[in-house]
Amino acid sequence: MSTLAAVVLFIGILGYAVFGGADFGAGFWDLVAGGTKRGGRPRAVIDHSIAPVWEANHVWLIFIFVVLWTSFPTAYASITLTLFVPLTIAAFGIVLRGASFAFRKSVLSTRDRRTFGALFAVSSVMVPYCFGAIAGAIASGRVPDGGVAGDPWESWVNPTSILGGILAVCVCSYLAAVYLVWDARRLSDDTMVEYFRVRAIGAAIIAGTVAFVGIFVLANDAEYLFDGLTSRALPLVILSAACGVGSLLLLIRANHQGARLAAAGAVAAVIVGWGVAQWDYILPESLTVEDAAAPSGTIGAVLVATVLAVLFIFPAIAFLFVLDQRGLLPEEGVSGPVNESGEETQALT
Amino acid sequence: MVPMLSTLTSLLAVNPVPWARSQMAFTLAMHIILVPLGVSWAAMTLIANYKAIKHDDRDALLLAQRWSKYMAVTFAVGAVTGTVLSFEFGLLWPRFMGQWGQAFGVPFAFEGLFFFTEAVFVSIYIFGWKRLKPWTHFWTGIPIVLAGVMGSVSVIAANAWMNSPSGFTLNDAGDIVEVNPWEVIFNDAMPLMAAHMVVAAYVVGGFLVASVYAVGMLRGRRDRYHRLGFLIPFSVACLAIPVQMGVGDALARWVYNNQPMKFAAIELVPETSSDVPETLFGHLNDEGEVVGGIPIPGFASWLSDPADGTATVIQGLNSFPEDERPTYRQANVVHLAWDIMVGLGTLLFLLALWYWACWIFRKDMPQSKVFLWIASAAGVLSVITMEAGWVVSEVGRQPWIVYNLMKVEDAATGNTGVWMTFIGVIVLYAALAFTTIYVLRGMSRRFRRHEEAGETDDYGEEDVPYGPSSRPAPHDEHSSSESDADLEPQDVS
Ligand code: HDD
Ligand code: HEM
Ligand code: HEM
Repeated sequence: MSTLAAVVLFIGILGYAVFGGADFGAGFWDLVAGGTKRGGRPRAVIDHSIAPVWEANHVWLIFIFVVLWTSFPTAYASITLTLFVPLTIAAFGIVLRGASFAFRKSVLSTRDRRTFGALFAVSSVMVPYCFGAIAGAIASGRVPDGGVAGDPWESWVNPTSILGGILAVCVCSYLAAVYLVWDARRLSDDTMVEYFRVRAIGAAIIAGTVAFVGIFVLANDAEYLFDGLTSRALPLVILSAACGVGSLLLLIRANHQGARLAAAGAVAAVIVGWGVAQWDYILPESLTVEDAAAPSGTIGAVLVATVLAVLFIFPAIAFLFVLDQRGLLPEEGVSGPVNESGEETQALT
Repeated sequence: MVPMLSTLTSLLAVNPVPWARSQMAFTLAMHIILVPLGVSWAAMTLIANYKAIKHDDRDALLLAQRWSKYMAVTFAVGAVTGTVLSFEFGLLWPRFMGQWGQAFGVPFAFEGLFFFTEAVFVSIYIFGWKRLKPWTHFWTGIPIVLAGVMGSVSVIAANAWMNSPSGFTLNDAGDIVEVNPWEVIFNDAMPLMAAHMVVAAYVVGGFLVASVYAVGMLRGRRDRYHRLGFLIPFSVACLAIPVQMGVGDALARWVYNNQPMKFAAIELVPETSSDVPETLFGHLNDEGEVVGGIPIPGFASWLSDPADGTATVIQGLNSFPEDERPTYRQANVVHLAWDIMVGLGTLLFLLALWYWACWIFRKDMPQSKVFLWIASAAGVLSVITMEAGWVVSEVGRQPWIVYNLMKVEDAATGNTGVWMTFIGVIVLYAALAFTTIYVLRGMSRRFRRHEEAGETDDYGEEDVPYGPSSRPAPHDEHSSSESDADLEPQDVS
């Protein structure tokens, strides 16, 4: 039972990283797109790729919280007590991101747009950094068991956490760039395809380098995790590296669809690898998954809800995609929006 | 750097409990304003949609289309504020979640399920306007209504569990060893509280939407479109409010039987007695005597149990140990909030009577300015009513976070920086509220401008904050023309 709950938890983390991560990464590219003139075009592609999905991917995060507080309540209490600061920053960042993204579309003056655009971009970097640091804090065993607070600062300002934070930002940017290549292609904008392709390759190399350096950081700072990564989880580490290199090659050969899948695969393998490496601890070396687990009644309920979610939501989402692909109804679709000015179509999202 | 930070932390250390309470209360009070819209607006939209298809009514169709777009915005803001709440459970009340999360948390697993379903169907509904046949499209709206109701019922189940915890077994150390999810969700307080909240959602949502059109009518927009925009939500609210009075009455009796301390605070009863008067306003002074107010002799006793009439005994606050019941000051807050809820609720009920009376005797809605003035205020008034009801429920539970099992001060975080996060939250929410209103008004202006220019509405897929990218494949004319517009440098406008 407790193992199943842990698996469900990691599915949530996986979903958030692969789907939500790309949203955050898009914000990073927004940040570094340059001045108003130069950055205008890449920003337009970025807007396109996240505009219609106003923060729906945070559902994954909520799911992670719910699984944690129902199925592993004591671990959850320890985490929130110890990591109060980065969690608070992340919460603020999420609201700020949503609000400023919406606002930057609605305000008209360039100066205001810039302010809100900057808020949006900075929070997009801050939030994944915090989540990465939180993962680092947990993985390096800095969150003590028993619902007591560990050190409020050292717990997340330490080598593993800094590594986690930087890696998270790199990975998000990498995912986003790869997805943005795809989006730019959908918009048939070849200049932007090239623009993001170069950046995707750069991000892939940087993320790979950080991950490689990270191995040495972990060897010194998070031994349990390091041991796990070099034994139990080794196949996953190798898989991740292979996917990463693969996506790099596919990018160079301009196979964008393949690159997308390989990139997602690389990230997914790292995350599963993290889970396997710290198994069977939920808080390494102080609390095992089994000891942390709630009574079977609770876990059963969470599993039922998860299964129902799969049964309800997947068909619904599939239906949505079918609608999206499908043409307009002949008798009704004729008066589609005449091209409105940019302000008009964007005002809401 | 780390030691320096630690010094800083200890300098700024302030007792977190009052701040945590305030932050929780503030963020919940904001979130709950969006909830009625998320729960009831879809139903009203479907009524308009039905009318549009059945009677080939262009005005109703326009209303339904626009409402579905506004709904998407309020839904998205509800999701953002809801996300903050889920952070807060852990950040502010870690000990509560650590000890009781395994029971209290269960309903939230289902809440997530329902709200996500709702979100997806909101997208489908908006996408469907130009992609589905009218009736098929209508039916894709039904899951929004159901999921909205079920979602809020799930959250209320969690709140009701705090009032009447059940469905778990404790060992000698007081830790939970077994959980019965069914009994957690269907706890004693849940059915009535859930009913009261769902009906409240229809009352508040109805009055809130109607009030916008009432303002429009007062400004002289008396066309059929505005009339319909008023009639549909207002009728929904006016149907719901009598039901709400009945459910509220039953809920009050449940509180009388199961949460005597809360009831004593509601009725402002310091000492146990029979023949208790119903005191309107008034408060308890430091000695715990009732001061001021207008007493209606024997009425509180009579209401608590009409069968026994004024002989019904009501337990007083002082019959409970001082540290296990609300303080006098909290009791005063509860009592005032109670007066506000029941007072405004009665007022809204009278407004509904006026409305129905006119329909019955004159076959039309009341036309007078006074009526429209009150109707435009009804939106805000009903929100205040609902907030007051929540204050009754939440402050009346003090000092318990889990009734009779855990006190709030034992549940709170030990982090002493909560006062800073609270200030941050207030600033952030002010900005969020401003954004939301700004965006909604912008939409409304845009719709009107289009109308004046004689254009039809677009179906507004660009406006959908959820769902997959709305850019169809490049061969589609609409997408390419639009992307041209988007690819202009940003500072053009
Ligand atoms: C428009 C909204 C509205 C209206 C007209 C009323 N209420 Fe209410 N009331 C609520 C909205 C609300 C609420 C905000 O939805 C609460 C908070 C918790 C809950 O379940 O419902 C609530 C709570 C609440 C409680 C406390 C429940 C608890 O703590 O468990 C009682 C006893 C009543 N109500 C009773 C009444 C009575 C007797 C009313 C008739 C005059 C009434 N309410 C009108
Ligand atoms: C299902 C929904 C809700 C849940 C699970 C919930 C939960 C909580 C929790 C955990 C606390 C802190 C502990 C305590 O002070 O007792 C609290 C306090 C509070 N909540 Fe709620 N709440 C809910 C809805 C609301 C709403 C909608 C409001 C709207 C006004 C509200 C108003 C308050 C207030 C005023 C307090 C502070 C009470 C005090 O400390 O005196 N709650 N709530
Ligand atoms: C009276 C109590 C509450 C009710 C009736 C309620 C209802 C709703 C509704 C209807 C939505 C959908 C958004 C919308 O329509 O605006 C929503 C969103 C949300 N609420 Fe609440 N809520 C309540 C309190 C809470 C509390 C205490 C939490 C804390 C965990 C919470 C967490 C959320 C979350 C996470 C979302 C976003 C869901 C998503 O993105 O799919 N809600 N809530």
